[in-house]
Amino acid sequence: MRDETIRDDLKASPRFQLEHQRRDFLGMAAMWSAASAIFVALLGAMRLPIPSVFPESNSRVKLGSVDLFQGVAVTPFVEQRLWVFSDDQGLYAISAICTHLGCLVARQEDGEFDCPCHGSRFDSQGKVTKGPAPKPLLRLALSVSPDGQLVVDRQQTVGPEVRLKV
Amino acid sequence: MGTESSKMARQVESDRQDASPGALRLLWCNLLVTPRSFRDSLIRHGRPTSERAASQAVFTNFFLHILPTRIHRDSLRIRTTLGLGVISLVLFFLLSLTGVALMIYYKPSTDLAYDSMKEIQYVVPTGRFMRNIHRWAAHGMVLCVILHMARAFYTAAYKSPRQFNWVVGMILFVLTLALSFTGYLLPWDQLAYWAVTIGSEIAQSPREITDALGITAWFDIGAYQKQLLLGANHVGQEALIRFYVLHVIVLPFVMCVFLAIHFWRIRKDGGLTRPAGAEACSESEKFRNGPPALAPAKTYGLMAVVRGRTPAVDRSMANTMATYPNALYAIGALCMVTFFVMLCLGHSFNAPLTEHANPLVPENPAKAPWYFLGLQELVSYSAFMGGVGIPGIVVVGLMLVPYLDREQEEVGVWFGGSRGRRVSLASALFAIVVVVGILTFTINYGWLRDWYPNIPQIVITFVNPGTVMLVVFSLWSFFITQKTNSTRMGALAIFTCFLLAFAILTYFATVHRGPNWGFYWSKSDWPVH
Repeated sequence: MRDETIRDDLKASPRFQLEHQRRDFLGMAAMWSAASAIFVALLGAMRLPIPSVFPESNSRVKLGSVDLFQGVAVTPFVEQRLWVFSDDQGLYAISAICTHLGCLVARQEDGEFDCPCHGSRFDSQGKVTKGPAPKPLLRLALSVSPDGQLVVDRQQTVGPEVRLKV
Repeated sequence: MGTESSKMARQVESDRQDASPGALRLLWCNLLVTPRSFRDSLIRHGRPTSERAASQAVFTNFFLHILPTRIHRDSLRIRTTLGLGVISLVLFFLLSLTGVALMIYYKPSTDLAYDSMKEIQYVVPTGRFMRNIHRWAAHGMVLCVILHMARAFYTAAYKSPRQFNWVVGMILFVLTLALSFTGYLLPWDQLAYWAVTIGSEIAQSPREITDALGITAWFDIGAYQKQLLLGANHVGQEALIRFYVLHVIVLPFVMCVFLAIHFWRIRKDGGLTRPAGAEACSESEKFRNGPPALAPAKTYGLMAVVRGRTPAVDRSMANTMATYPNALYAIGALCMVTFFVMLCLGHSFNAPLTEHANPLVPENPAKAPWYFLGLQELVSYSAFMGGVGIPGIVVVGLMLVPYLDREQEEVGVWFGGSRGRRVSLASALFAIVVVVGILTFTINYGWLRDWYPNIPQIVITFVNPGTVMLVVFSLWSFFITQKTNSTRMGALAIFTCFLLAFAILTYFATVHRGPNWGFYWSKSDWPVH
């Protein structure tokens, strides 16, 4: 009985409580520093699965001499998944990759594009007319290399009004 | 004194002479009884002829100790569970076995994968049979897991104290689908290539939102997810090896961990759900069904200091049966039925293998496996909402159900009695009308973009047939909750709606979607090239 009273007194003393808080604080600090160390380590490890060099081939591809495209309304490039068009203002390229979920659109006889996977439809300028595609078909940047070849950059997109004037 | 000591010495000497052939004889005897003593060390109880020994047989066996020593007779009735959980587990074992068999010949490389599939199909002894079983067991497991979830829902098995196990079940459901999806790429045929191309683009679809907000340049979560999955910007060698690693080690390992938690929680939460009344009535039958001698010999002294439910404490022994052999017979019977069905399917139907993957020619139509076709229909309205938004809301919503509906009445009864049956039936009819109505409307009149060609994409992302269904079903559930004044009825309503919508959309996309995702009454109407 007497022991318990002494113990209670001890617990009530400011020194004991301070001591206790300090111990709690140290425990909490240890726990939180361990937790944050693990979190930061995991965050660092999450960099591993994202490659620093993507296994893609060069995005710039030569398509042939520029002169070949002059006056030819449409030239398909199956391997590069794009079409090169020419109108009275110049040349432009439309990508065949559907902006919905990455299927390849097919160019119909009327010049429109149909996606086989989820029924998106694009007009002859690549604008969405039907279906779930969120964006028009991508316009790819064209340029002319020093040796007079038409070069397409498959990772650089341009606006629908941009033409390559030759 | 001298004679005495010499006598003793002689005695010791003769003892030693006796002992030496004695130890050899002992060795010989030990060798003779080794099979028997090995068996005794392996199985530490006698033949399970008595109730006590039968309990021990379960209790001391590593493989059986996940089962209780006695089991309630209702838990063994086929109508309680329809055996769906056990069948799913058996299929998982079957998938692991056939999967390891296939791994012996499969080569995860874009150059070799398709050839090794052909080898398995046409050269490897029993290879085709193994692959067929793997295929059908995968489909069967998805089906059984969905039905198992429906069973648990309709018998209110998600209620306290089983809330967390329902969440674990949802995680297992997602893992099952992830295993299916990762396995889909491995044959490296046309179907695989284009299904996974679509799948990885769905991972990138949050761009629909970031594009609309104009923040894609700084915060491209969609591209991050896609690159995490594929290790590249297109489906290629990096994607194949990632999917392979996920399919054969990461996901099965995570699955095993969650399966262990799932089973452990079943025991800790007091076995399968039973109606509350069953326990009460068993009290009166206590002495009729089991003599007092059946009271547990094991005490739970230690567990008394642990708060909460402990196994078998304070629970009557009446209406229970010995697990050995009753539950084991039931499990064995389910195993045999499952094996039989799988062997028949594997023998009669070949798993499909289309042409070698060709990144230049998409399949038309490119259809996912049946359980993703409902999603594919939703994706054909909006990539983000159909592929990420709605599935995410549904999975999180289902996980939350036990925390939102906490009524404890009518647990363990199918549909919770006649009122629940009426609500479920009404919800089923409502869902059929809504889903068929929206599909008919969409096919005949199109959707927003057909009426307003310049409508911003963000409007279609949030207002499309999929989200309309989601909102209508939620409103219906609120209406039922209000009308019946019961959260359980509201939960029944929305779950039934989702189940029916899933079934109808799956059927619709399987049968009525053709080339360019157009509507056709049957496959014979498809245009021919």
